[in-house]
Amino acid sequence: MLDINDVTISYGKTPTVKDFSLHMDEGQIISLVGESGSGKTTVIRAVLGLLPGGGKVTEGDILYQGKTLLNLTKDQWRKMRGSEISMIFQDSGAMMNPTKKVGAAFVEYIRTHENISKAEAWKKGVDMLERMRLPSGDNIMRSYPFQLSGGMRQRVGIAMGMTYQPKILLADEPTSALDVTTQAQIVRQMMELRDEYGTSIIIVTHNLGVAAYMSDYIVVMKNGFIEDKGDRDHMLHHTDNPYTQKLLAAVPSLGGARYV
Amino acid sequence: MFDEKDMILEAKHVTRRFPASGGRELTACNDISLKFYKGKTLGLVGESGCGKSTFMNFLVSLDKPTEGEIFFHGKDITKMKGEELRQNRQNIQMVFQDPNGSFNPKMRIRDIICEPLLNFGRIKKSEKDAVARKYLEMVELPGDFADRFPHNMSGGQRQRVAIARAIALEPELIVMDEATSALDVSVQKTIIELIVDLQKKKNISIGFICHDLGLIQSFAHQIAVMYLGNIIEVLPGENIAETAKHPYTHALLGAVFDIEMDFSKKIESIEGEAPSPLDVPEGCPFQDRCDKCMEICRHKRPETVSLSPDHLVACHLFTNGGANE
Amino acid sequence: MEKKKKNFFRQHLSFTIFLCLAIGVVLVAIFAPVITGGVSPTEGNLIDSVMAPSKDHIFGTDKLGRDIFTRVIYGTRISVTAAFSVVIIITVVGTFLGILAGYFGGLVDAVIMRISDMMIAFPGLVLALAVAGMLGASITNAVIAVSVVSWTKYARLARSLVLKIKDRDFVKAAIVTGSKTPYMLLRYMLPNVITTIVITGATDIGSMMLELAGLSFLGFGAKSPAAEWGLMLNEGRAYMQSAPWLMIFPGLAIFIVVTIFNLLGDSLRDVLDPRSE
Repeated sequence: MLDINDVTISYGKTPTVKDFSLHMDEGQIISLVGESGSGKTTVIRAVLGLLPGGGKVTEGDILYQGKTLLNLTKDQWRKMRGSEISMIFQDSGAMMNPTKKVGAAFVEYIRTHENISKAEAWKKGVDMLERMRLPSGDNIMRSYPFQLSGGMRQRVGIAMGMTYQPKILLADEPTSALDVTTQAQIVRQMMELRDEYGTSIIIVTHNLGVAAYMSDYIVVMKNGFIEDKGDRDHMLHHTDNPYTQKLLAAVPSLGGARYV
Repeated sequence: MFDEKDMILEAKHVTRRFPASGGRELTACNDISLKFYKGKTLGLVGESGCGKSTFMNFLVSLDKPTEGEIFFHGKDITKMKGEELRQNRQNIQMVFQDPNGSFNPKMRIRDIICEPLLNFGRIKKSEKDAVARKYLEMVELPGDFADRFPHNMSGGQRQRVAIARAIALEPELIVMDEATSALDVSVQKTIIELIVDLQKKKNISIGFICHDLGLIQSFAHQIAVMYLGNIIEVLPGENIAETAKHPYTHALLGAVFDIEMDFSKKIESIEGEAPSPLDVPEGCPFQDRCDKCMEICRHKRPETVSLSPDHLVACHLFTNGGANE
Repeated sequence: MEKKKKNFFRQHLSFTIFLCLAIGVVLVAIFAPVITGGVSPTEGNLIDSVMAPSKDHIFGTDKLGRDIFTRVIYGTRISVTAAFSVVIIITVVGTFLGILAGYFGGLVDAVIMRISDMMIAFPGLVLALAVAGMLGASITNAVIAVSVVSWTKYARLARSLVLKIKDRDFVKAAIVTGSKTPYMLLRYMLPNVITTIVITGATDIGSMMLELAGLSFLGFGAKSPAAEWGLMLNEGRAYMQSAPWLMIFPGLAIFIVVTIFNLLGDSLRDVLDPRSE
């Protein structure tokens, strides 16, 4: 369904990601893990054509259902984003206009995809929030982003991203800024998306525990290259890549070794 | 496990309230009592807004509590002023969370490390270079980093410098506010190892604020859990998965993503959100999200009960009032 | 090192130009007697009063027969000294009070800011007139009057810059590691404030010059027979139609010198570029 073939991404003349390849099937959850500077966020933004300031895919191709994503026009992207491929960010709150109420932003989002009245769009928004198990959807629509907690904002971001049931959901560190208990809520919710809607998910995270729990397939990145990849079981227990092993050893575990 | 004569700092019934708009009050810390022991680490765990940073600010005298006392070797540091307060700072130091913001961008590493020592006249200006190198070595950094500026170093290296600065005055207690949260996982591991090593060598007490239970239990001797400004459980660091008793601690444990966990089990998540600290409900602060909530929890704040000398819990499941329900 | 210096001046061309022009003005003030060839700015021959510009008096003479060119040149002395005095007073006093207000907060902040608010509530020139009126007209009193009214801008500026960094971790760290208060104010607060203050001050030289000339024009500043441009404008007012040169040359002098200093201040901002922090 999604094919990233030997992609190199560069900012100006400097390549930040090289020789990246990934194949994703329907209903699969894949994590991109790595430390800062590994290039994982760059890859995921490239898929949606959201590379900031001068970033470009300079080699290779990204194919969605067999068709390339690299030369789409603005109009084609508008149709694609939200309905076929959606993205949620580390701080969905920061992505929202702070001077606009959630309802206004949601309604506007809906009306760029569908030609329906404001009232109908509002109802659809509330409906979506409640389907994401957010309490009092109407209240949320009437609030400003700063009036909601970080966790709520993320869930609103997911609700908006899922409104048109995209086939692929890209998540860029969706839980890094959240509390542990909120993180658990969000992770559960994302897994349910796969169960209920068959959504494929690519999640970028530096939290190996979350990656291990959620994914069928894990890709480890380092300095812009793929360092190691494989299905979950292989990566956790059978890989002999020393970098992966080092990362796994560094993850603190409840039942793990103590220093004192 | 902890000997009372090893206790170096005791916080007693510390409360901090801030005035808020509309005549309301924000209770950041509510009746907190904690003990710190020589050479041991106390982990303070809780989610955002629980008041852990506010509490730690009292220890380094960056803020004063509205009520309560904090005794360092018997002297109440909350009542200290002026020069006495400044002199006391030699005993309790701090490592900050953000390796980017905790250094003056215009100062070289040498000056950063030696500033505390010059403040108290412990070294002469001519000794700065030698002293800086000594401390850089202690935190496993090469001596010629002394010439660098903070922005020429990685996050992990900067935290090492922050640790060097904190130990320069040979304090008895160091407070670390999420000192590793901004670092990559592999770097985090090396920093924790450095901290544990220094603790053993210099017998320093550490107060470590953390939101990651998995991390803190690997090196804390005791762990205190906070919720909405209240301490709801204090327990020894070993085996917390088995010994924890408070429902909120269980929720935190259940929310940890462990690579050793059973992936077929659904991750536990408690529904709802923490109420605002402006509107703390009467009774137990955790009542709205607790699956074991009883009638008494809604109108009486649970008192702290000793399950064992080192294990305290504030929950009606263990109080006499709760047992009668 | 030489090459670095040369490159600096080449890169910041406008700054270099205006700096040279400003230095030029100061030199004119210093070497006024040389430039005017020993002619007195305050003594004149009534026989020669209100004479049009000619070979002997290239800017003409005023109503008391004094050479206007000489008076204009000597005018730089008063204008430059007075304007610099004002700027130095207001930057030092304003910055000092602003840093104290920002760093200590509480009562100190409240008192300083309320006084500053009171000053701002009055229209500047009116208050300056009142002060000058009470103290009597003289260029010194004009300097005092303008300073009293203008320090508040610097106090507010310094205060807000201090507030911006006061809660940063590295400031807290310096306190936790035992830094004394004077050390914090001098080594942490002041360096953070100084660049912006210097730029604002440089830009204000021109405006202060204008204010002082304005006060003198109204009769509340320099007193006769001082050679001060504002005063000269006042003295020339009656002859505006018949002998415009009495007003044109001092007016031009004000215009040129104020512009030079204004542009100097602007280009200084580009050089120091506090945005790069």
